[in-house]
Amino acid sequence: MSLFDYPFDGAMLLQKKRSLRRELLKKPNLTPKKVAILSGSTIGEIKNILELFLLDYGIAPEFYVGNYGLFYENLVFDDGSLADFKPDILYVHTSRKNLKNMPTTADTAQSAGEKLDAEWARFEAAFNAAKRFGCPVIVNSFDAPTHRVMGNRDAVDARGGVYFINEMNARLTTYVGKNEGFYLNDLAYLATRFGLDNWFSESEWYLYKYAVSMQYIPELCHNIANIIKSLLGKNKKGLVLDLDNTLWGGVIGEVGPEGIELSTETPGGMAYNEFQTYLKQLENMGILLNVASKNEPAAAESGFTRSDSPLKRDDFLCFKANWEPKSQSIAEIAKEINILPESLVFVDDNPAEREIVRQQLPGVAVAGFDGPEKMIAAIDRAGYFEITTLSADDAKRNEMYRQNLARAAEQQSFGSYEDYLKSLEMQGEFGSFTPPHAERITQLINKTNQFNLTTRRYTGPEVEALIEDKSAVTLYGRLADKFGDNGLVSAMIGHVHGDECEIELWIMSCRVFKRQMEHTMMDEFVRRCAAKGVRRIKGRYLPTAKNLLTKEIYGTMGFEKMSESETESVFALQVEQYVPQNTVIAVTAKE
Amino acid sequence: MTEQEIFDSVQEIFRTVFDDTDIVLTREMTSADIEDWDSLEQINLLVAIEKRFNIKFQLQDVKDLPDVGAMLDLVKRMVA
Repeated sequence: MSLFDYPFDGAMLLQKKRSLRRELLKKPNLTPKKVAILSGSTIGEIKNILELFLLDYGIAPEFYVGNYGLFYENLVFDDGSLADFKPDILYVHTSRKNLKNMPTTADTAQSAGEKLDAEWARFEAAFNAAKRFGCPVIVNSFDAPTHRVMGNRDAVDARGGVYFINEMNARLTTYVGKNEGFYLNDLAYLATRFGLDNWFSESEWYLYKYAVSMQYIPELCHNIANIIKSLLGKNKKGLVLDLDNTLWGGVIGEVGPEGIELSTETPGGMAYNEFQTYLKQLENMGILLNVASKNEPAAAESGFTRSDSPLKRDDFLCFKANWEPKSQSIAEIAKEINILPESLVFVDDNPAEREIVRQQLPGVAVAGFDGPEKMIAAIDRAGYFEITTLSADDAKRNEMYRQNLARAAEQQSFGSYEDYLKSLEMQGEFGSFTPPHAERITQLINKTNQFNLTTRRYTGPEVEALIEDKSAVTLYGRLADKFGDNGLVSAMIGHVHGDECEIELWIMSCRVFKRQMEHTMMDEFVRRCAAKGVRRIKGRYLPTAKNLLTKEIYGTMGFEKMSESETESVFALQVEQYVPQNTVIAVTAKE
Repeated sequence: MTEQEIFDSVQEIFRTVFDDTDIVLTREMTSADIEDWDSLEQINLLVAIEKRFNIKFQLQDVKDLPDVGAMLDLVKRMVA
């Protein structure tokens, strides 16, 4: 078990940070990222522990640390050093200790209101200034004050500290909601969860100017790291759930569906019922639910026929009820829905089953908890599914994977693969990037690892800038078929220099791989390049641990390999020699 | 808890925090003697010591700790 698995021992992470860092830096395939931390109070240990969590997520941060307490000045009057650093992520570490215009009991209601406006204007100016770096900006909410001079009235009276901070948080969260590229690190929630008296230590503030007590710095950093890994497409995608004593109490093979604990009428049943309800909420956001249970299939499924069961059989994508080792069931599930095992989280009450999965499938996350009442917290607080953006496609994801399983079933009944593809009645829509697509394209770029030739990541503003860029050739592809709409599944970005176009990015969702979508994308890309007078197209393959399947793709499409090394292969295509490849997708070409 | 036990535990904490198993503490040692021992590590050491001995320092106790000896004496006083 890793020291970073939730619930982690924060004190241990703090003490062992040096040896942990040494070990983590040996991990292969770390993604380098530039992280700027701007200071509202002491950063020191926050930087160190954030680095550990990011390394654990496969991200190697290079840090820029702003001057002590000068977040506002660094943002508004940057001396050029921050811009030169070119951050990929900006984190503004502020807290209530940075509120300079707190009202006092000497204020009138009117002057207190003016102070609130002035304070918010200061933060808004700092945040607006942060936009020019064109990277995601993570900002903190404000923790509640440790004392209330008016007692309970502090939350009601405009001169009260609690009132002031509540108002600031309302304005800040509204700002984050309205401004693309801004993300909330909900420090106020963490402070509430751990208790203000624990979260903030007067003596640590007086001695070292830590606005968060040392012992909670790991929790704070875990929260920030979750946002960053989510932005970089490193979220988990699905759950593999045990049934007996995980989704309900008791062994269904022995007591039958009526005998299991699931009713909201009993204390034990309530815990399972609420857990299922929580899972249903995850499913609504596109998290894939699967089952791996040691049971007879009929008995296993019977648990979901109860009218008081929040989850039904149809809520699950893959349902493995057998007597095989669960590591095997999980591996099969990953294969069937075509995602990497490391995108899955395993939930089982049995410590022995967890241990086997940890050993056999080290990439799979294993939820740690003891007792059904702790299951929701174990999943919720680990941040496996930290949501930074929610697109319409997310909500439909379960449905899309379900359609894919139906396609796989249909495939078996056709003589040739091409006949099968034709039977799908596929319709593709292809066009240059437009503003309505930008968010989905950015999301896809940053979470696609397998069909990704260069693994170059783009921020939202960078994608939007391409829309106006005359030298850029951009292409998105949507794919629908008789089973349903897959949505926007592929994107390409190239830049034209003279009569040559270089492909800087090509990604495609793996759920549509081998359906000639990749061929049709290339057909369209070449056509658009030719229209711009391009005579030669260059493509690169930059190997990672995950994108091996695209290694030779240019070679199979008429490109000639110019060079090959461990770090890069370069391919080139003469546009006039290109032969269109698609034979099965009906194409609608947009501008 | 004997003085030796306190010494051993504190030395172990220093070794873990500075990732250096060769550290041998003396009462006269100060932050000048260990390269990475700065004000940030000072608090890390104190938090680890609090946890290890299940004690809670007050501002008065820790705002001025000149050397390792003072640290050991403080722990001894508090666990007594």
